[in-house]
Amino acid sequence: MSVSNLLENWSKFRHNHPVEDKGHPDWQAYPSEIKWAMAIDLDACTGCNACSVACYAENNLPVVGKEKYSHGQAMHWMRIERYWDEDNREFPDQGAQFLPMLCQQCEAAPCETVCPVGATNHTEDGLNSQIYNRCIGSRYCSANCPYKVRYFNWYDYPSTENVWPAPMEQQLNPDLTVRGKGVMEKCTFCKQRTYTARNNAKTEGRKIHDGDVQTACQQACPTNAISFGNLFDPESRVAKQWEQQQVELIKAEQEKDVKPGNNLRGYRIFEELRPYPSVMYLERVRENGV
Amino acid sequence: MGKDIREDIAWAQINTDVLKSLENPRKLFWVIIFVALMMFGVGVGCEVYQYQTGMGVAGLNNPNVWGLYIATFIFWIGMSHSGTLLSAILHLMHADWRKPIYRFAEAMTTFSLMTAGLFVMVHLGRLWQFYYAVPYPNERWTWPNFQSPLLWDAMAIFTYLSSSVIFLYVGSIPDFAICRDNVHPGWRKKLYTLLALGWEGTDRQWRNFRVTYLTVACFLIPLAVSVHSIVASDFAMSQQPGWHVTSFPPYFVAGALYSGCAAIITLFIILRYVFKFEEYMTMPILKKTVRLTFAIAMVWTYLNWVEFATVWYSHDEVAKGVLIDKATGRFAPFWWAMNFCGSVVPFTMMIKRLQTNIPVMFAVSLLLNLGMWLERFMIVSPTFSHGYYPWTMDANYWPSMVQWGIVFGSFGWFTLLFMTFCKIVPSVSMYEVKEMVYHRSLATKKAELGLEGGH
Repeated sequence: MSVSNLLENWSKFRHNHPVEDKGHPDWQAYPSEIKWAMAIDLDACTGCNACSVACYAENNLPVVGKEKYSHGQAMHWMRIERYWDEDNREFPDQGAQFLPMLCQQCEAAPCETVCPVGATNHTEDGLNSQIYNRCIGSRYCSANCPYKVRYFNWYDYPSTENVWPAPMEQQLNPDLTVRGKGVMEKCTFCKQRTYTARNNAKTEGRKIHDGDVQTACQQACPTNAISFGNLFDPESRVAKQWEQQQVELIKAEQEKDVKPGNNLRGYRIFEELRPYPSVMYLERVRENGV
Repeated sequence: MGKDIREDIAWAQINTDVLKSLENPRKLFWVIIFVALMMFGVGVGCEVYQYQTGMGVAGLNNPNVWGLYIATFIFWIGMSHSGTLLSAILHLMHADWRKPIYRFAEAMTTFSLMTAGLFVMVHLGRLWQFYYAVPYPNERWTWPNFQSPLLWDAMAIFTYLSSSVIFLYVGSIPDFAICRDNVHPGWRKKLYTLLALGWEGTDRQWRNFRVTYLTVACFLIPLAVSVHSIVASDFAMSQQPGWHVTSFPPYFVAGALYSGCAAIITLFIILRYVFKFEEYMTMPILKKTVRLTFAIAMVWTYLNWVEFATVWYSHDEVAKGVLIDKATGRFAPFWWAMNFCGSVVPFTMMIKRLQTNIPVMFAVSLLLNLGMWLERFMIVSPTFSHGYYPWTMDANYWPSMVQWGIVFGSFGWFTLLFMTFCKIVPSVSMYEVKEMVYHRSLATKKAELGLEGGH
């Protein structure tokens, strides 16, 4: 194995900048017709936490317990954030807003460039992946993540912490790993499901259709607030929503936002930092505290 | 100002005075070694516990994924800069007052780098896989990510550490020869014989020695500047509020020289007292070091204010929020203490009477380093607990005892290395002091002759 070999290999997993190069994510190494994306309707979200629970069940997330949770060591890849309204009302009447927060699968992800060992990379279907076996736990990715959606295994949850005492280990999802201590993890857009769907489509010799795959959070949402699919497929629900809201993946500032009289609800969090996130939120319009 | 050194010290006297420091450790020496071992033991105990249980015991959490380990890492890296300043930069500038004190400063560089290196390891979640950050050809075709400032950091520190070890060693060769010729037969004599590399003091050896020493010195200066600039890049190249500051690299380098100079004053006073080096570590030299430290303190203060001003007058509300949080929030006492120790305390160094007052300068140098440690803490932690994302803002973060234990232990480790060094390598460079004395006496003689010639 020569050094030039290694250098080539290294450059392969660095994709180019989504805007400066060709105007769209450029995956010369792995051409792809898929760009997974999400839209979350905050008007429909009731803050019921079903998505979060589903995520725990699907992705083998350890339940860390009250004490560690209060120390900020929870492992919720999908978290429901609660913001109280300042409406001068007391608790049961006080209004609140909810925001489901998960990895935004940024196109120019701040976490990817800073990892010293290249454990977090971009995949050909537009996801921000995490290689647990490669991670050395420097936590630089989390330090540079504006959303703070990366979760570190502060303890050895499967063994010493025994978060799945027998027979609970029987309910672990066999499609993905159980992570040991000292590695970073985060939402994968239910990678095990998307890859199964892609393989099935490939076996059947067809392209992937909208509805072939649902993420666990999407499946569990009682109000159908979450939609997930292939942004490159104009027929998919998520692509239609993005188009309706005039939110474009590769823009740091949307044209509709500078137009006067804009009544569209779509926005992306921290768009101005130019990470080009893949999750679009739909602003809440109904009144609070009712 | 008095003379840096008396010009009538006999060369044999220099040998005996300095070699005395290598022999017969006093009781106090063993007490210090014991205390340092205990401190280091605490650190090792904490690390073993953390290694076994997981990083969670360090009290780190989301968003506070970095803590005292990184802050103290920067502190020790900073400490390493003054050695190079004294031995390499001042060497090129022919400031010969550095000669009696550069050896221990250079040792400090090496040992604080070794301490800093430990913090990189301690910080890793999977310490047992640290070699993944090293570019080595392997069957899995994995390769480190050269875009990451953390990787540059690892490379820069390793280069700086290896170069400063070479510099320290090369500079000590003539002294090892003196030791070899003077110590009693035994294992020490064998050791010095090996280390002296057959030094005989011939003209050819001196010529080669000078060239080598100068070359390594020239090589070391850009390294010293780059290593701390790269540490600064860890922060400046990230996107986080309070870190994303263009002036960070010079700010970090100034801070590094600052804390290093303060540490030189501390060690100067301790060595002078312990080894009775009054003849060599003289008051005028202390005075010059103090003045140098004061100048660097002002540079640091200026860059500090530049940073505040650029944040304050920018339209970056989030970065401004972090600055306001530093001044008024959870960390306010530490932030104000940092400003006091870093920018106000050095003004005592302006008072001429206090420049040579040993107890005052000792206290001042310790306070300056406390301020510089707080500076690093204030760079790392507030950005995490008051970052971009409001939901993760954490007003109650405090590092756990495990983190404090390892920080505490690192001082024990440094002391241990330094004390051992003092008994093996002469902490005053004998041959350079002799040169200094020789040049002085030559100058006096010339002046006398010139005076006579005038008559």
